[in-house]
Parts: sequence; structure tokens; C-alpha cells
Amino acid sequence: MHNMETREKIQFKPETVAEINRIISQFPQGKQKSALLRILHIAQHEFGNWLSVEVMDYIAEFLNIKPIEVYEVASFYSMYNLNPVGKVVLEVCHTGPCCLVGAEKMIKHIEQTLNIKPGETTSDGMFTLKTVECLGACGYGPMLQIGEDYHEKLTIEKLDNLLNVIKNKNN
Amino acid sequence: MGRKILLEKTGIENINTYEVYRREGGYSAVEKALKKMTPEEVVEEVKKSGLRGRGGAGFPAGMKWSFIAKPEGVPRYLLCNADESEPGTFKDRFLMEKIPHLLIEGMILSSYALGCNTSYIYIRGEYMWILRILEKALEEARQNGWLGKNILKSGYDLEIYVSPGAGAYICGEETALIESLEGKRGNPRMKPPFPAVKGLWQSPTVVNNVETISSVVSIVNNGGEQYASIGLGKSTGTKLISACGNIRKPGVYEIELGISVEEFLYSDEYCGGINNGKRLKACIPGGSSVPILPHYLVTKTANGEQRLMTYESLADGGFATGSMLGSGGFIVFDEDQCIVRNTWNFSRFYHHESCGQCSPCREGTGWMDKVLKRIEYGKGNMHDIDLLVSISKNIEGNTICPLGDAAAWPVASAIRHFREEFEWHIKEPVKCLETNYGLVKETELEA
Ligand SMILES: Cc1cc2nc3c(=O)[nH]c(=O)nc-3n(C[C@H](O)[C@H](O)[C@H](O)COP(=O)(O)O)c2cc1C
Ligand code: SF4
Ligand code: FES
Repeated sequence: MHNMETREKIQFKPETVAEINRIISQFPQGKQKSALLRILHIAQHEFGNWLSVEVMDYIAEFLNIKPIEVYEVASFYSMYNLNPVGKVVLEVCHTGPCCLVGAEKMIKHIEQTLNIKPGETTSDGMFTLKTVECLGACGYGPMLQIGEDYHEKLTIEKLDNLLNVIKNKNN
Repeated sequence: MGRKILLEKTGIENINTYEVYRREGGYSAVEKALKKMTPEEVVEEVKKSGLRGRGGAGFPAGMKWSFIAKPEGVPRYLLCNADESEPGTFKDRFLMEKIPHLLIEGMILSSYALGCNTSYIYIRGEYMWILRILEKALEEARQNGWLGKNILKSGYDLEIYVSPGAGAYICGEETALIESLEGKRGNPRMKPPFPAVKGLWQSPTVVNNVETISSVVSIVNNGGEQYASIGLGKSTGTKLISACGNIRKPGVYEIELGISVEEFLYSDEYCGGINNGKRLKACIPGGSSVPILPHYLVTKTANGEQRLMTYESLADGGFATGSMLGSGGFIVFDEDQCIVRNTWNFSRFYHHESCGQCSPCREGTGWMDKVLKRIEYGKGNMHDIDLLVSISKNIEGNTICPLGDAAAWPVASAIRHFREEFEWHIKEPVKCLETNYGLVKETELEA
């Protein structure tokens, strides 16, 4: 996870700044706040998978809006993590259609394999398990999202494989 | 084989690229509109087509467009709703992934018709990879002169941008979408003023679904009348149906409106019947928000007529014995599924997604979630069933936005049609388990 003890360290990479400026330019003058949701996604990605108060303050400064305007948005949307999470977040859909085809079994299996409950992180800081609502993959369930990737039509074997691949890649 | 309009070309290799899309006749509708038609004429064709909004409510698109206010010197906006978060719905994603230029072409036509010079596609944050597909396609369109200043030397300027949400079902509601696009919490606005008068940044705004906008391409190419000749009655054209649950072939299908539910559910061209040789128990034909139908009302209406895949036929019988076409999220339950558990699951969803602005929705969805959980886990009592009915009645119609209704209807309809199952859950949990997990007596269910 990224190191964030000091305020100075919170700074977007130059190429990120360019990307953010491109996004802001898509909105009329004075409406730069419209870029906020996308910037929060970028920030979360760049600063260790979650949004600390310091990061949010930095974004407020960047967009020239009040910090509260950032906090209230960050706390409304479920994709933003306001607390530290593991390196890899397993977001399993647990809405009706996925449950019709076995989502609950997949969640139980992850719980048992990694010894964590939804909302928890493994002690080595590798995995966080999150149950989420319908991700628009209902016909391809059970499914889970990791970062930007959808993993669909899960079976226990596929799941075990996936977890092993991730573990090996990160060791 | 039914007629296809939206998915006609999705089988062509590399149709997601600009070159192939163009080679296959893509962007010819833009040429036609910008060179030969006034914006009013485009609106007129869409009116003639009878095209109805594909996002859920089914409001006629041409009529919606004609409501947009046109104050002098104020920009107007078209917003494409790609939030797609209604459980059971995954069709817009298919369209955007497979043939992104179709949506962009539709956006150009619709923006031109409405007189918008900047338009946005608001896409759910989880579809970030599709946002990237769209941005790439937009860049290709811009480089080939379909976007930017003075398009085809017509004097018309247009830019289209994509902007993501971040995980909130409510942002699919049009005024919440506008708030979210402005960089705020997705709290729906009070209406009036309607977006057509005061929408994005207080300017006149039209919000349309991905599929609605994509359908405009064929309407401009072939004329509104031709589109209206497809389908049945006021359900004109084709509709994408995303089918899921316990069927053999889940996926996205384009149907000509008017085919029978029976054909859609059982033929090999579409769902292919119930999976694993089981029997049908129930079906939610239009996304989680619409009423559930028990097996005996799925392929036939209460009058014994064949049920068709149209706005009208699916709603036949009102809420007593009908449902809605909604978003086209077709969710099928086999005989082993537990209605109580699923109803609780959906209540939990709406509770989680309520924005919390109005008390009937905020509190009511919370109570329904809690009471249903209690029943599901064998701790309910018989009064709970009527309590649920009463809560749902108190939410319905008493909220700022329709999420309240969307949360109330599934509960009310599940109790209406499956009251016995709720009672078993409370009084005879063993019977309930037997019935719901494969130990059904032959006579109790028939496909
Ligand atoms: C809670 C709620 C969620 C909605 N979600 C969506 C959605 O994900 N996509 C969509 O197109 N419309 C959604 N709608 C409907 C929109 O408010 C709006 O009616 C629609 O985008 C209009 O487009 P159309 O006329 O082309 O259907 C939702 C409505 C409500 C009340
Ligand atoms: S009905 Fe529910 S979601 Fe809609 S505004 Fe009220 S509290 Fe928010
Ligand atoms: S219910 Fe899981 S993706 Fe829709």
C-alpha cells in the first residue's frame, strides 16, 4: 500500500494531472466540479485503493471547491472506499438474479477459503471481500469484479484458480 | 428468425472499429440528417416511428423531445443514460461493447434534432472498461469529421463526452443522474421544474436510454413509418431483452415486439426453456422493479389470452394479474427458488439504494428489509405479512422519485401471488423448504 504519512506526498503524477485537465475541459467554464466523480476514481487508483481525508482535501484544492463537497460525494457512492482495503478487492454481486444461479455459494466459498467475512481484509492485507449490488452481468452470474475486470460465470474451480493466480502474482 | 435492427450487425467481425462500422454503412444516417433534413424533420420521423423510451417507463421519445424548452441563448443538453443498474438488466452494456459507434451515431442524430452542441453519456462507474471503449470510438468519430465544429460543412457543431458514476442505482433516475453529472450526490430533484425546462446546470435537458438513442439511427435511415411497421400496435420496433435466472440460454436478445412470451421463454432461438429440466415457478419480465408473475400468468393473461412481449400485453390485468415490460430485464425462477428469499433480497437492494431524502422510502425500505429478513429466517409472525402490505402502500406514491414505488411493487406482488409461501415460512417452515428446494408434488406446479 502507498505510504501517506505526510501531506507533501499526496500529489498526482504529472501524467495524471494532464489526464485530469483533459477531463475538466469537457465541462463548461466554472463547472469543473462535474469532473469530481471521475477524479475520485483516478485518485483511489493512484493512492492505494482508498480515499483518505488528506486525499480528498487535495482534490478539493485541485478543483477549487470546498472539502465538504468532496466528502459528501465520496461518502454517497459505493465504489469509493473511505477506509483502507486490501491490495485486491473482490466485489461479488449478491443481488437476486446472481443468487438464482449460485452467488451465495461463491461468497461462502471465498469466506471459507480466505477466512474473512464481507467487509473484512485478510491479515496479510492481500484480499478484501465486498458484497455489491447488481453489476449488470446478471445473465453471466455468478460474477465478481476485481478492479476494472469482470469475472463471470464463476464456478468453485474458476474461483480457486483466480485466487491462486492473484496470490502467485503478488508474492 | 425475428427481424433485427440494433443487433443486425453485431456478428460482423471488428464492427466495434470505426473502419468496419463505416464500411457497413455506418454514419450514413448522419449524412442524411445533416445534409437533407432539418432538426424538426428528425423529430417528426421519431414521432412517426412510435419509438418509446427503452429505459423503463416507455414514454414516447418523439413527444419527450418536443417538450424541450428553447429559450434564446441558453444551451440545451442531451444526456444518454447508460447507468444500467436495474437488477436483471444488462442490454445497454452489450450494445456499447459490441457496436459503440451505433450509440455515437444515434447521439449525433438526437443531439442535432434537439439542438444540443454538447452531449454527455453518463455511464455507471463499474463499466469503466466500456467508458474506455466509448472514448476511443468518440475519438475515431472526431478524427473522421463526425464530431467537432461544422460537421459535414452543415454549420452544426457537436461534442460528446462520457462521464462515469460511482456505484449508485438511484443515479439511473433522470434528475439524480443530472445531479451526479454535476459532481454531486445522486439525490433526485423535485419536479417541476422538469429537466426539459431546467436540467443540467439549469438548462433544458433530455435524458434518454442507450437503446432508445441507438434506435434513432434506423429511424433516420429508413423512415419513421418503416420502424412503426415493425412490432405490434403501440409497441413499435424491436426491443433488447436481457434474459437471466434459471434458463438454458441466458443472454441479450433482440426481439420484434409482439412475439409471444412462450416463444421467447421456450424456443431455442431465445431463452431455450428452463434449465436442468426443471419447471417454471415465476418470472419478472421487466427488471426487479416490476411485479412478479406466477407461472400460470407468464405465458397467458388472466383471461386466458396468449401473453405477448409488448408494453400492453405484459401489463394486461394491471397489477392484480399483470406486470410491465420495464427495462427488458427478464428474470426467470425455476421451481426450486424461494420467493420469500428473493423478495427479501430485492428489499435489501432498494433499502441499500434509497438516497434517503424522503422518509417513506428511507424508513419504509428499511422496515421491509428487516421484516422480510425476519420471515426468511423463521422469526416472523403472521401479522408481518399484512405489515409488509401496509408499508408498501404507504411508500407507493408518497415519494419524490419512483424508487419508492419500485421498492414497493415487488413486495406487494410477491405477497399477492405467493401469500401461501410467506405463511409456510412462518407456520410450516419444513413445508416451505420442501416446496422450494426440489421436493414439490407434481400437482402443485405445472409449467
Ligand atoms: C430508480 C430509478 C432507476 C433508473 N435507472 C435507469 C437506468 O439505469 N437506465 C435508464 O435508461 N433509465 C433508468 N431509469 C429511468 C430514467 O429515469 C429515465 O426515465 C430514462 O432514462 C429515460 O430514457 P428513455 O425515455 O429513453 O427510456 C430509472 C428510473 C428510476 C426511478
Ligand atoms: S423515493 Fe427514495 S430514492 Fe427517491 S428521492 Fe425519495 S428517498 Fe430518494
Ligand atoms: S444480479 Fe448480479 S450482476 Fe445483476
